[in-house]
Amino acid sequence: MRKLMLALLLATSAANAAAAEQSATTVIPGGKFESVLPPAPGVKEVSLKPFQLDRRPVTNAQFATFLKTQPQWRRDKIAHIFADDQYLSHWQSPAEPRKEDLQRPVVNVSWFAATAYCESRGARLPTWYEWEYVAAASNTARDGRDDPAWRQQILNWYSRSGRDALPTVGSTPANFYGIQDLHGVIWEWVEDASGMLVSSDNREQGDPNVMRFCGEGALTMEQKENYATLMRIAMLSSMKARYTGGAMGFRCATGGRDGK
Amino acid sequence: MKRLLPVLACSATLLLAACSQGNSVPVAQAAAPESDTGGSRHGDFGPPQGEPIKAVLTSPPNVPPATQRNYPAKVIVELEVTEVDMQIADGVTYTFWTFGGTVPGSFIRVRQGDTVEFHLKNHPSSKMPHNIDLHGVTGPGGGAASSFTAPGHSSQFTFKALNQGLYVYHCATAPVGMHVANGMYGLILVEPPEGLSPVDHEFYVMQGDFYTVGKYREKGHQPFDMQKAIDENPTYVLFNGAESALTGPRALKTQTNQKVRMFVGNGGPNLVSSFHVIGEIFDKVQYEGGTRFQENVQTTLIPAGGAATVEFHTEVPGNYVLVDHSIFRAFNKGALAILEVAGEQRADIYSGKQLDEMYIGDKMASMAPVAEAVKASSTGQLTKEQQIQAGAVLFKGTCSTCHQDTGQGIPNVFPPLAKSDFLLADKNRAIGIVMNGLSGPVTVNGATYNSVMPPMSQLNDDEIANILTYALNSWGNKDGTVSVEDVKKVRANTKRPEGAAH
Repeated sequence: MRKLMLALLLATSAANAAAAEQSATTVIPGGKFESVLPPAPGVKEVSLKPFQLDRRPVTNAQFATFLKTQPQWRRDKIAHIFADDQYLSHWQSPAEPRKEDLQRPVVNVSWFAATAYCESRGARLPTWYEWEYVAAASNTARDGRDDPAWRQQILNWYSRSGRDALPTVGSTPANFYGIQDLHGVIWEWVEDASGMLVSSDNREQGDPNVMRFCGEGALTMEQKENYATLMRIAMLSSMKARYTGGAMGFRCATGGRDGK
Repeated sequence: MKRLLPVLACSATLLLAACSQGNSVPVAQAAAPESDTGGSRHGDFGPPQGEPIKAVLTSPPNVPPATQRNYPAKVIVELEVTEVDMQIADGVTYTFWTFGGTVPGSFIRVRQGDTVEFHLKNHPSSKMPHNIDLHGVTGPGGGAASSFTAPGHSSQFTFKALNQGLYVYHCATAPVGMHVANGMYGLILVEPPEGLSPVDHEFYVMQGDFYTVGKYREKGHQPFDMQKAIDENPTYVLFNGAESALTGPRALKTQTNQKVRMFVGNGGPNLVSSFHVIGEIFDKVQYEGGTRFQENVQTTLIPAGGAATVEFHTEVPGNYVLVDHSIFRAFNKGALAILEVAGEQRADIYSGKQLDEMYIGDKMASMAPVAEAVKASSTGQLTKEQQIQAGAVLFKGTCSTCHQDTGQGIPNVFPPLAKSDFLLADKNRAIGIVMNGLSGPVTVNGATYNSVMPPMSQLNDDEIANILTYALNSWGNKDGTVSVEDVKKVRANTKRPEGAAH
């Protein structure tokens, strides 16, 4: 079934050249880094294989194109277990975003819908570690997390009300890897958002509930001064896979951990 | 009856101690009333009765009415979290995260033993997930884990309010310090079963510290400064979330002969408050949920994440200033609020200013030469000697504090007048300085002084003429006189600053 969808998508890809262009990806070299969430007690570093990541978040225009081939993900057709009532509620119709939103990141999408979109491109959502690894880069350094100025710049996004309109994608400077909009625009779904924090079989991460309230979170998380990342984790842990949010979007990744 | 309990308890304890060596101990224990009210062990009055009640929530500084109930009820609280841009100081905005759209959040009032069904809604425009930890909840996290709510969603949990008292609630989502620093706190009052004693006015005041990238009162929209927060170095310390929240037209208002109760909380995140009302004494202070009170309190400590109920009676009209008596916070970081008390003056209790006159301490000297000079001047027979004698008296009362009796001044601070090239060079300039003051650098006898001399607006032209004549003929100075005509000429040519006397 999934293969069939992929084939369908490939068949229509020529028509979507413009959209495809915007989902240009960049190769992220593999490496090791220290996550705020240690992979296991006593283990500090996380190793990542090289992978490709979308340079920009997925736009409303791109998501509309996806819905043409997979209309079961339209807001008027989607199964209730895959999305809440806010799903794509900012669109002018079930199939069409408002014109001014076309080049803005798509938001109000559930984890299920984001995953389906990426799969339709033969891709997947990035894992938390992949996202955190790339987002650790400042505009000039591979790891800018210790730079107070960079940290403050990221934090400033949270000092703005969420009522403002979102910017179009690509409006923030490229980071060290050439990736844009990781900070200061939207939250982003990751592949293991639910498994990471809410309910997981992965015992290595310890008590899956630790992040659900900060008193405990503060005991287990590293880099306690890295507020921007802590807030990402808090946000992701508050979301169930069917939830959507007015500032919650995504981008896709390929390759990496399982060679997909 | 309640007031009797502690007394009984005390005597029972004494009895217990006295008897502890005998074998009647078990009897004494059986007879001893409990020395406390039982806390949460005695807070469960059974299942809720009657129809569920929707709690009245109020914005600060207002307090919901008393529950006026004598039975435990199910109380439904619906609190909405919003992230809003509001003014923190004149011309300065900040994105506050709020419980109910205000800082502090809505005041919640229930009765001990009530079953509270709590609904936390997180507005769709919120960027952040939020939750609530109520210090009045018995249970892990105080409700935090059960109320963790993504933007555009709502959660529900239920608790029984087992302990009476005044409790802080706050957001406890990571990073908790930032959520609290952005204004996410408020108060919940759990009334004792018999209710609180009646008062004329109840107010809701809560202190908090704020951390902005820009300096105090730096204009524009100010983001949260994480490093200042970690360093516990606030830009603002405020009552009710803004510098003007409780001043000017928004001041708290009452009349004389009123019983006033203030529910005072401290959200922090960092600072402990030394809460004080200038010109009042708290007749009663109840700390946290205390069933006892302290009396006649001048300043009460309110910890971050803690609260106190203060009561006082108003007698004298006027403005009373609420401060954090860690006093630089009051005058340099905004921790000021005003309580306006209207009513008839009570001069028997407080007179107001009855006297304002010169106090010259041990330099007290006969003012006779001054009077003599004034008289001589009016008849046109004033001599230089009379001027010097009158000037000497006036100099001691007005000038010698800074320039010293010797005219030597104080090195590097106040310039000398004795053999002063600056003074002697220009008589009219000297008149102007006495009249209008002087600030900024001047060079006197080769040394630079940079201080402020205020205008001596209280001196009339005769007095200025006499003081300067004295100065020009003392401490080795031997140079001429200043006449009242000289002074009048300078005054006529001087543009007086607006509002200045004379």
